[in-house]
Amino acid sequence: MALLDSKVPQGPLAEKWSKHKNDIRLVNPANKRNIDIIVVGTGLAGASASATLAELGYNVKTFCYQDSPRRAHSIAAQGGVNAAKNYQGDGDSVYRLFYDTIKGGDYRSREANVHRLAEVSTNIIDQCVAQGVPFAREYGGLLDNRSFGGVQVSRTFYAKGQTGQQLLLGAYSSMNRQIQRGKIKSYTRHEMMDLVLVDGKARGIIARNLVTGEIERHGAHAVVLATGGYGNVFFLSTYCMGANVMAAWRAHRRGALFANPCFTQIHPTCIPVSGDHQSKLTLMSESLRNDGRIWVPKKLEDAQAIREGKLKPTQIAEEDRDYYLERRYPAFGNLVPRDVASRAAKERCDAGYGVNKTGEAVYLDFDSAIMRYGREKANTMGLKDADDKTVRELGEKIVEAKYGNLFQMYEKIVDENPYKTPMKIYPAVHYAMGGLWVDYNLMTTIPGCYAAGEANFSDHGANRLGASALMQGLADGYFVLPYTIGDYLADDIQTGAIDTNSAAFDEAEKAVKEKLERLMKGSGQHSVDYYHKKLGKIMWNKCGMSRNAKELQEAIEEIAALRKDFYENVRVTGSADGKNQELEKAGRVADFLELGELFALDALNRNESCGGHFREEYQTEDGEALRDDENYRYVAAWEYKGEPKDAVLHKEELVYENIELKTRSYK
Amino acid sequence: MKIHLKVWRQKDANSKGHFESYDLDHIEADMSFLEMLDVLNESLINQGKEPVEFDHDCREGICGTCSMVINGKPHGPQKRTTTCQLHMRSFKDGDSITIEPFRAQAFPVIKDLIVDRSAFDRIQQAGGYISVNTSGRPVDANAIPIEKEYADASFNAATCIGCGACVAACKNASAMLFTSAKVSQYALLPQGRVEATTRVLNMVKQMDAEGFGNCTNTGACEVECPKGISLENIARMNREYLGAVVKG
Repeated sequence: MALLDSKVPQGPLAEKWSKHKNDIRLVNPANKRNIDIIVVGTGLAGASASATLAELGYNVKTFCYQDSPRRAHSIAAQGGVNAAKNYQGDGDSVYRLFYDTIKGGDYRSREANVHRLAEVSTNIIDQCVAQGVPFAREYGGLLDNRSFGGVQVSRTFYAKGQTGQQLLLGAYSSMNRQIQRGKIKSYTRHEMMDLVLVDGKARGIIARNLVTGEIERHGAHAVVLATGGYGNVFFLSTYCMGANVMAAWRAHRRGALFANPCFTQIHPTCIPVSGDHQSKLTLMSESLRNDGRIWVPKKLEDAQAIREGKLKPTQIAEEDRDYYLERRYPAFGNLVPRDVASRAAKERCDAGYGVNKTGEAVYLDFDSAIMRYGREKANTMGLKDADDKTVRELGEKIVEAKYGNLFQMYEKIVDENPYKTPMKIYPAVHYAMGGLWVDYNLMTTIPGCYAAGEANFSDHGANRLGASALMQGLADGYFVLPYTIGDYLADDIQTGAIDTNSAAFDEAEKAVKEKLERLMKGSGQHSVDYYHKKLGKIMWNKCGMSRNAKELQEAIEEIAALRKDFYENVRVTGSADGKNQELEKAGRVADFLELGELFALDALNRNESCGGHFREEYQTEDGEALRDDENYRYVAAWEYKGEPKDAVLHKEELVYENIELKTRSYK
Repeated sequence: MKIHLKVWRQKDANSKGHFESYDLDHIEADMSFLEMLDVLNESLINQGKEPVEFDHDCREGICGTCSMVINGKPHGPQKRTTTCQLHMRSFKDGDSITIEPFRAQAFPVIKDLIVDRSAFDRIQQAGGYISVNTSGRPVDANAIPIEKEYADASFNAATCIGCGACVAACKNASAMLFTSAKVSQYALLPQGRVEATTRVLNMVKQMDAEGFGNCTNTGACEVECPKGISLENIARMNREYLGAVVKG
């Protein structure tokens, strides 16, 4: 199918990227000065792309809805960034990182993209250190590493529990350098409302100034969407409150295919929901699973007593605890990938072993780590006969040094001390593997419209491994897009500035204004949040951690009905001519109400279980996911045709030339 | 519990603001402070009134977007805590709570509790970076060993979230803590030493141009900083600045 040409270069896997870089066209420095690029979103992918493109000489305009580029939600990533540096000498290599990522993604990602990601990963660390990112170091002054779920080497670089923050501030600093040079013009508190196509090519955007309410036209020779994922379709998630799918969805409506929307990640270690007032969920870094052991009581009556507050977890004897991950997956234990850990928690809680009031929580326990570290420390201090109390004190200090800020965050939210009593955790929506379909050059099916970072679908297949999101965002922005975009822009050196007074801009601006007017005109029965919460409930109950055909069918109908109700009855207060957070939310929820339906349709179409997508009808006897490589080894890319349910499916068959497809086992 | 709120309402930058009172019932201790405001807004919307606008995004204490003064303190009563991480268990049944935007000449109000902190971005643009190309091939990361003590101190300075509580807490509305955190992060690293002189001169110049006040060492900024950024950074910036001025 011509529409889905992945443009993966020929040749051996390990040589594809180098060869491609040598083959593609370049734009000479003088011509770059005549070319404008719009980058929407300033998280890791957007900030790194805009800084690099500006440094190369292009004129860049960046857009973010936040008050500063530095606030994009990449900042909240805690655990770390993977790179195949093999500084630990534990057998890591580019090939192993590639292999782990393909396997972790349950064989639903594109080989050539993933290999390129693994190749450039080492560059990322060099780049960030040169930029002054303060990674954790050992006493010898060299960089420290830790291990993450789904792998058996230590390849994760980190900055305490704030790795995303430090990497984003690094990219932001590089942006600032280009802003100061005048090569980037930064538009903050601006939201992209539509993509403008001229003669079939992406030539600009319509943006809304969120302070004044003005609708603005911005032209460019190419548009990069680095707008993150769509997990907020579930209302409750670990995403920031403003995260939305608007830019990607507008591009989808203009012709960009949307790939694998049903592949979303439910992260196993989040703070459980505490009540109906909940506005968002907070993640506890996966790095905690390096030292924390996950368990529930073995006996149903113990679990019952805990839920009723009659028993404390510390009162449950060792032999009465079920360390279910260690039991089911002895080889990887608590470090199984996220999809596996999440499903296992749900299985135990559904069986009645949950440990909070609602029965939707399991324990993450640091007691044995505290005692193990404490004993080691006592030994090195020469205190061979130290009593348990001393050992515990020493151990708590070491655990504090490793995870202090995470423990502090937990205590603030839950009001319990995790050094003394196990943390309670439960899975929550965390990341979107699906996104805009892109080819090897990161271009969507609209010429000149690119998607980078979480906004595209390409590298994580059906499940993302920990510490790979930061890697991918920066790889796309620093090392991939700046090369590949030149190949396209080489045709534009004589185009001249894009005229924003053309009919295409007129039409797009009119459509945006009409949409806003429509949102302002609801009958006023319910708030925007009312609809968003309703949508979230449908998504979580019927498109969440496990799915079946009947409920997915119901979800499709319920979402369509909710969308109709929303447009008729939503209440948006205030006016469109100024700062109006309700209007901002309404625009975002309107698009979620369409995406949610496509999400369910995609999940219904995929009659197999793989990665984050678990269909109850397709599982093994012991409850593991049952993939169907014969019929579903493809990327499902959907073409917009009006109503989401009418979307047309296009398939990109996934070709595995270098890896043998296996049943993913972590036992 | 019952809560009585006094909230700053201001239509836009050019309008005059005023306090409005609201009473809330059924506030739960487990709610975050912002979830309490969500409850207020939901009820205002249902009455057909305009909700209170406030800046917030990650709601996990790291993006630095929230910007309100609660009972006279930036980010409220709990130490080392952003507003979004503050919970209603810090308050008692029947409490009165006053909520205002961060106040500073350099942070003009946009609407209600939302302020314009773009001055902070411009300070960073003036020199908050190391001039290294992002698409090139820098040296291997481990070719630059850094003593753990310096790496950790640099990290501690780098954890500033740019919220502006330091400015709101300071009687002079000084941005010294914010500026010095970035100056320190780079001054402590060999990669950052190369441009240390121009960096500190340019950033301080921009800080002054934005209309932030001077530091008189009261230390209010450090006390209210949700990330515990230390006053030592200001001392280090002063030393760097003095050295840079002498060097010219």
